[in-house]
Amino acid sequence: MEVKTPVPQVPPPVWREFKDLQEWERYHQERPQDDKHSTALTEIAETVHQFPGGWIVTASVDKVLNWARKSSIWPVTFGLACCAIEMMATFASRFDVERFGMVPWASPRHADLMIVSGTVTIKMAPMLRRIYGQMADPKWVVSMGSCANSGGPFRHGYHVVKGVDRVVPVDVYVPGCPPTPDALMYGLLLLQEQVAEFHQTGSRPRPTPPGD
Amino acid sequence: MGAADPRALVRDRFGLDAGGAPPRLSVEVPLDRWVDFARFAKHDLGCHYFSFLTAVDWKEQGLEVLYRIENLDDHLDITVRTKLGPDAVRCPSLTDVYRGADWMERECYDMFGITFDGHPDLRRILLAQDWDGHPLRKAYAVDTPHAPYR
Repeated sequence: MEVKTPVPQVPPPVWREFKDLQEWERYHQERPQDDKHSTALTEIAETVHQFPGGWIVTASVDKVLNWARKSSIWPVTFGLACCAIEMMATFASRFDVERFGMVPWASPRHADLMIVSGTVTIKMAPMLRRIYGQMADPKWVVSMGSCANSGGPFRHGYHVVKGVDRVVPVDVYVPGCPPTPDALMYGLLLLQEQVAEFHQTGSRPRPTPPGD
Repeated sequence: MGAADPRALVRDRFGLDAGGAPPRLSVEVPLDRWVDFARFAKHDLGCHYFSFLTAVDWKEQGLEVLYRIENLDDHLDITVRTKLGPDAVRCPSLTDVYRGADWMERECYDMFGITFDGHPDLRRILLAQDWDGHPLRKAYAVDTPHAPYR
């Protein structure tokens, strides 16, 4: 008796059925609550904190964890416009952010930081939001350059998001058009100070730039 | 293929006076001869290169569509323009003559809202499909809110 092998039914690529990325985005909604993290660790920390003298443990553990966090901030490789050229220069050997423990990583799943380097158009904003949603918590955002800060020279255009803080929460704004690698590095150092004060709950502290 | 005097040829066939100096001409044609002129320029003047198609919004005088075609062998450029008239948004499509007009007309539809009759696939090309309005119209308010990022 002849046994027919089943013919594999290969489904067509899904994106072919959609007219454009917006429609694709509508069908693939991002996570309903994208800043989600496990509450188990927080509960354990709260329990330890309740014991007499427990605050010594939690505070020192926080310090160690924050030291680890700030010493290995991995930015996701995400360049949007001409600022990305300066960002690449910052990542390269001359300015070398790797001495701060930063490794530009090509996956948002392993990254802690998104450097929004360039103009965010209204069409790009859902994709940016999606990449931000794919990053694991805790995560930080550096807005690099005038366009990402406020829309910059394209603010009065019809197609530009007037500041990336309308799409994702921003921790450090780096001004400039484009900012020099030094400026971006200064912003990243401010971010490290901010990460050193990170708490799982409560609002994030603002960085205080050392002045004269 | 080189036409000896393209201006005389245009005057013979269409009764129109072409402006500009011979290597670079400019013709304003009536709307009903829009496709005829393109076919004539392609086959008789040898303008096989479709450079671009765009539009101008002259406010109350209405929209003006123009395209530029070139004969690269004989160094002849022709800018062809037509007035659609006030509040008119319909224009015949050039896609039967020039395949390259396809995306140009889609962009023109996207930015100016001109409906090209006979276009095989007329939908937005640059902006999102759910965009409101046509941004390069003079009447378009730049501050048109676009949810959820503005």
